[in-house]
Amino acid sequence: MPVTPLLQDGPSRPARFDLSALWRAIRPRSPGAVIVTALLLLGAWIMVFPFIWMVSSSLKPTNEVFDPVFTIIPKTFAGLGNYYSVLFDQPYPRFLLNSLIVCVGILVVQLVTAIPAAYALAKLKFRGSTILFGTVVASLTIPINVTSIPLYIGIVKAGLLDTHVAMMFPFFISVFAIFLFRQFFRTFPDSIIQAARIDGFSEMEIVLRLILPSAVPAIAAFSVFSFVAHWNDLYWPLIVVQSQDKMTATLSMMQYQQEFYTDYGKTFASATVVTAPMVVAFLLARRHFIRGITMTGVKG
Amino acid sequence: MAKLSLNRICKSFGKTTILKDISLDIEDGEFVSLVGQSGCGKSTLLRVIAGLETPDSGEIRIDGARVNDAAPKHRNIAMVFQDYALYPHMSVAENMGMPLIMARLPLHARLPLLRHLAPAHARERPGIQRDVAEVARKLRIEHLLDRRPAQLSGGQRQRVALGRALVRDPKIFLMDEPLSNLDAKLRVQVRREISELHASSGLTFVYVTHDQVEAMTMSSRVALMQGGTILQMGAPNTLYGNPDTVDVARFIGSPEINILPGTLENGVVRCGEIALPVAPAGGGGLRSGPVQVGVRPEHMVLETVPELAYPARAGRGLSLTFRKRMIEDLGGEVLVHGHLNGHPEHDVRIRAQKSEAYGSGGSLSQARDWEVRVNPAHILLFDAGGMRLRAEPVLADTHAEPAALQGGLRKKLDLV
Amino acid sequence: MAAATATTASPLQRAQARLAYWLVAPATLLILLIYIVPIAMVIAASLTDYTLVSDYFEFVGLDNYRRMATDDQFGNALHNTFVFAAMFLPAAFVVSLVLAIAIQERKQFRSILEVLYFLPVTSTLAAMALVWAALLDSRQGVINSAIAALGLPPLNFLGSQDLVLFSLALISLWSTIGFNMVLFLAGLTAIPKNLYEAAAIDGADHPLDRFFKVTWPMLGPTAMFVAITTSITAFKLFDVVAIVTRGGPDKASEVYLYLAFLEGFEYFNMGYSAALSLVFLLLILVFAIIQAVVVDRRVHY
Repeated sequence: MPVTPLLQDGPSRPARFDLSALWRAIRPRSPGAVIVTALLLLGAWIMVFPFIWMVSSSLKPTNEVFDPVFTIIPKTFAGLGNYYSVLFDQPYPRFLLNSLIVCVGILVVQLVTAIPAAYALAKLKFRGSTILFGTVVASLTIPINVTSIPLYIGIVKAGLLDTHVAMMFPFFISVFAIFLFRQFFRTFPDSIIQAARIDGFSEMEIVLRLILPSAVPAIAAFSVFSFVAHWNDLYWPLIVVQSQDKMTATLSMMQYQQEFYTDYGKTFASATVVTAPMVVAFLLARRHFIRGITMTGVKG
Repeated sequence: MAKLSLNRICKSFGKTTILKDISLDIEDGEFVSLVGQSGCGKSTLLRVIAGLETPDSGEIRIDGARVNDAAPKHRNIAMVFQDYALYPHMSVAENMGMPLIMARLPLHARLPLLRHLAPAHARERPGIQRDVAEVARKLRIEHLLDRRPAQLSGGQRQRVALGRALVRDPKIFLMDEPLSNLDAKLRVQVRREISELHASSGLTFVYVTHDQVEAMTMSSRVALMQGGTILQMGAPNTLYGNPDTVDVARFIGSPEINILPGTLENGVVRCGEIALPVAPAGGGGLRSGPVQVGVRPEHMVLETVPELAYPARAGRGLSLTFRKRMIEDLGGEVLVHGHLNGHPEHDVRIRAQKSEAYGSGGSLSQARDWEVRVNPAHILLFDAGGMRLRAEPVLADTHAEPAALQGGLRKKLDLV
Repeated sequence: MAAATATTASPLQRAQARLAYWLVAPATLLILLIYIVPIAMVIAASLTDYTLVSDYFEFVGLDNYRRMATDDQFGNALHNTFVFAAMFLPAAFVVSLVLAIAIQERKQFRSILEVLYFLPVTSTLAAMALVWAALLDSRQGVINSAIAALGLPPLNFLGSQDLVLFSLALISLWSTIGFNMVLFLAGLTAIPKNLYEAAAIDGADHPLDRFFKVTWPMLGPTAMFVAITTSITAFKLFDVVAIVTRGGPDKASEVYLYLAFLEGFEYFNMGYSAALSLVFLLLILVFAIIQAVVVDRRVHY
């Protein structure tokens, strides 16, 4: 009994590997196109090479890392030793945990504060909305570097130095999220909201049962964006973290600056461990990453 | 002013075949419409003619020369897109001047910054501006020359698109559903203007639309497409009065033709109350079997005298009993919905003048059963597969005057 | 036309406004605490000689700013930052644009290429900076090995005062090109195809014509966004410097933010650091505003 394919147009063909169709798809359209493609692939190689080198070195013993003859596969496999050392000679799982706590904590508070505010700015009329939005836009230009000193002083005075809260605090509010979600909510049809009001929805219900579900793709995209950004953060953790106990994975790279001159293999094993989570997450959730980025840029 | 011929054009996108073996010839100066529902391939065919798509097989010739491999700019065509495709960042004058700049200036004279150094640029600009101004005058948009497309209304944008097309002095004018973005009143007006443009310029027009009214009123010939093939191509009246298939009959004419199932036995068509002897046109024989009987709503004439009996009166065409269900009032006309005796499940539409429906004695909407008359010559027969059976009715009364039957007998019996 | 005045708001509007206040309250509070108050404090601190170490400080007026004018280090940091930006900005813009255009037309490789070029963006710059330090090493680095293989003398990428900013620009380019490229790709995809078709029919099928008549004008808003964010990124250079060069060799790579950081958190001249931060903010604000105002009008149709 032949299985009918899901989408069928014209006579059905057996699903054989169709070489000619594959060639037609790949075939370059002109010699110029071949050159351009070659250049693009070369460029891609340049992009990827540092990763390859890093992983490869992480598997080598120190003396082999800078072997004049570079080989991707290590001659002596020292990977186990290197990674073991990275993960267990120092409280690496602790570092990862810290990074995780900080990123998740930041994201949760960001979403909880930004989404309601964005909705209010987008759809509700209230006095001060223009001032608030103006402040949001102005704050978009203020980097953490500028406000770090007063924040630091405040944290010190509050006795919160070297705590998770301190690491998360300046990022609790993401004016970027407010801006992004406001743009998104503005495109939500007013007519649906009005119909809901006529149906008897309370304002709160409208937010929770209509608006929020529709914003899920934007929330997903932003979450990815925020998580990656704060996982990779260096500046602020550098300032507020004093003890090894609270170091984030990224911050631990500063430690390895010293190690760099003694044990290369371990250094790059630690680099791999730090970078791997985000890279892997990106490879698995490409669409959301790219969606998050483009959502910010294309609408202007 | 060019002759266009397409020979066995096939085009597929991936696994989907959009155009199946299309052949047609368009003579110099004709206005040909490609009509059909969405997905029938008409836009694709237009784009193949334009050179925006290359056919998988087949040949395109313009004025006898094969142009399959020629780029659009070498085919001497102009195209107006459905959404006009005006360059949003350029003024109207610049939009209309683009084709001339491309044609008259070499590459280095077109690039930004560089062009101010090229003598060709300074030399040609006045000529280009002049030509643009002239076309703008013809289309009555000279006052818009400095505006951007975003500042124009839909109708104005359309003229700019037309202007951009005209300024090139093309041989063939392609239009892809140009009226679909306009409101109803504007549509009628622009339709007329396009027809006038065709008449005054004498260019060959190829016009794509899904609206059969546009096609019927503007074209010298209509090509009705469905599923990637041309069902029928011919003068509008031919498609209307002499359709080749039931699909053609259904598509052309508004409101849609009434199709009822019937049988053909021994030369007699039976359908509800209809018993019509027919003879095959041009000799030959007619096979017995199921048929589809078609009558257009405008060919069914109301006789609203319920009290009288309804004998089939010779000389006055077929008389059928019609039970009215609903009347749609269209102003001067009405559209009556109901069904004919014998086919309760088939909705039949009748188009009539209001005076016919309501009569002189006031509202006749109370009457439920009406007599409807049909001139047998207006009955279209199709076989079960939808192909037209060309047959002529055998009129029992040969002294009946076709002319009297034609406009519908408006004999109103006095009820007094 | 009668405008609805706030005083005669309907019950529905009042309910909306009430809800709105609740909804924005947490965010507003946080904005106050994290942006408004700190900025005010930065302005205040820049007028003092506050050091965290002692609680005693006094207002010194514009002394900090005057100090900037004479401070060699300030001039050096400014110079380094601008040189870096001059190398980084045009490349980051043009290369990613060219890449995006080239990739857009390649249906078959497009997603793979997109992923590969974007990979560096997701990586932890601090970690990859170490990798680059190794790759660029003057004696053992892979890049110098390749250069030596061509018979040329090795380059001291990170240890030479003349080359260090260039090397930093390379590393930064590597990590941000993918980001800009994705933005441009999105902008390119948004250009309606039939504009290109109309152009083709009008006779503009040469790649340069297509670019200047359709692509570049339509990319306006995207290009502006990329330009502004890239310039802000250029001025915000910090991570790589902190990890790899620490301002060296001999302050040749001490960029503005690194100096501000050192002044504040290593030398504890908080007042001076605050002044530096404010100037920095003004710098990027001015830059961004110029770009926005000059370009914005021409860019939206």
